[in-house]
Amino acid sequence: MAKLKLPVRTPRIDMTPMVDLFFLLLTFFMLTTTFRPQEAVQVDTPYSISEKISPERNVITLLVSKDDKVFFNIDNGKDSAKHIRKEVLENVGKQYKITFTPEQLDRFEKMASFGMPIVNMAAWISATDQKSRDEMQKGIPMDSTNNELAMWILFARKANPNAEATIKGDNLADFKTVKKVLDILQAAKINRFNLITNLQKVEVKLEN
Amino acid sequence: MAEIIANEGGGKKKGKRRAKKHSTHIDMTPMVDLACLLLTFFMLTTAFSKPKVMEIVLPEKKDNGPVNQIPAFRVINIILDENDRIFYYNRIADPTKPPIPTLVETDYSKDGIRKILLNRNKILFKEIESLNKSVTKGKVAISRDSLTRSIRELKKEDKVGPIVLIKATDKAKYKNMVDIIDEMAITNIARYAIVDLNPFEKKLLNRKKGISNKAAKP
Repeated sequence: MAKLKLPVRTPRIDMTPMVDLFFLLLTFFMLTTTFRPQEAVQVDTPYSISEKISPERNVITLLVSKDDKVFFNIDNGKDSAKHIRKEVLENVGKQYKITFTPEQLDRFEKMASFGMPIVNMAAWISATDQKSRDEMQKGIPMDSTNNELAMWILFARKANPNAEATIKGDNLADFKTVKKVLDILQAAKINRFNLITNLQKVEVKLEN
Repeated sequence: MAEIIANEGGGKKKGKRRAKKHSTHIDMTPMVDLACLLLTFFMLTTAFSKPKVMEIVLPEKKDNGPVNQIPAFRVINIILDENDRIFYYNRIADPTKPPIPTLVETDYSKDGIRKILLNRNKILFKEIESLNKSVTKGKVAISRDSLTRSIRELKKEDKVGPIVLIKATDKAKYKNMVDIIDEMAITNIARYAIVDLNPFEKKLLNRKKGISNKAAKP
């Protein structure tokens, strides 16, 4: 008998629904993602029961790292045409008789938190690689003789009066440093603070 | 004029010549690969939980203004020290006005400082809890905003609950401060403030620690 020859069939699966789904998810994730610029330091925030979501715009962020360095950040606000960051840098520079080139100001506008004396600022902005940039982050000086942090806060408030002060401290940061930051903020007439924390639910029962 | 006459072969073939039928299938594999890659990337980089914030309002600093007198019987002092140690004492420590209070050591656990604060703040805590419960059970239908407002009102009217003075030594950590402010929120304390440690309290603290250190190494 002659062998029955089966036709070779390639097992084709219709992948259209899967691909449809992929694209749907891809669009969703692309639209919901907001990219956060990298912070100057890694900060582990403490836990609290607070459920208030931190505002995204109009914030002055003060980072306190675990080795007690203080970093400063301010966002551009709701209206990016105002160039708040530029204005702040220009004004603080003027105080210390440092002028920045327009290119440096433009670059600074897109950058994130920073922490170094104002004299090193220009070098930090112009630095090309991340490593040398990280090495320059030595914390903002805030001694009574050279209180640059107070200057930054003052001009940040001037440039954006709606800005809220937010403190992002590390678990292991010294209370002393945080207290100093709080004192500087209070000296600038800011009495309401947001402390960034992670959410942790707590159940409390009253014993009778 | 410029027509091309295709029919040169004598016209033997009948019918139209058909273009070869191309299948309209495009190989979509690279596109799907890319889509998958991007999807994975976005899925992994998306952070859904937005950072939360805890709000604190500190009293305005007045240099020469009158200091608010607070009733001493309501005061409870919490002292935060290094290595996550925590002490508390009632009333106000004043060397000129005996009796001098004794410091008691406790901890950050739920049976430590929370129990003490909760016991002192029973009345207000119960009120707020019953209000919260009636809202969650649907007995009272009010919006979240007005709930927080009425809680704030309750806190404002509080006349018997403790006034907590939070004091931290220089060696305390930021975590300690956040933990203790969080305890204030958990136990619904109406009034609290972060104040500096005065020299007399430092002395008391050192004395207390001296005793407990001696007890630790017999």
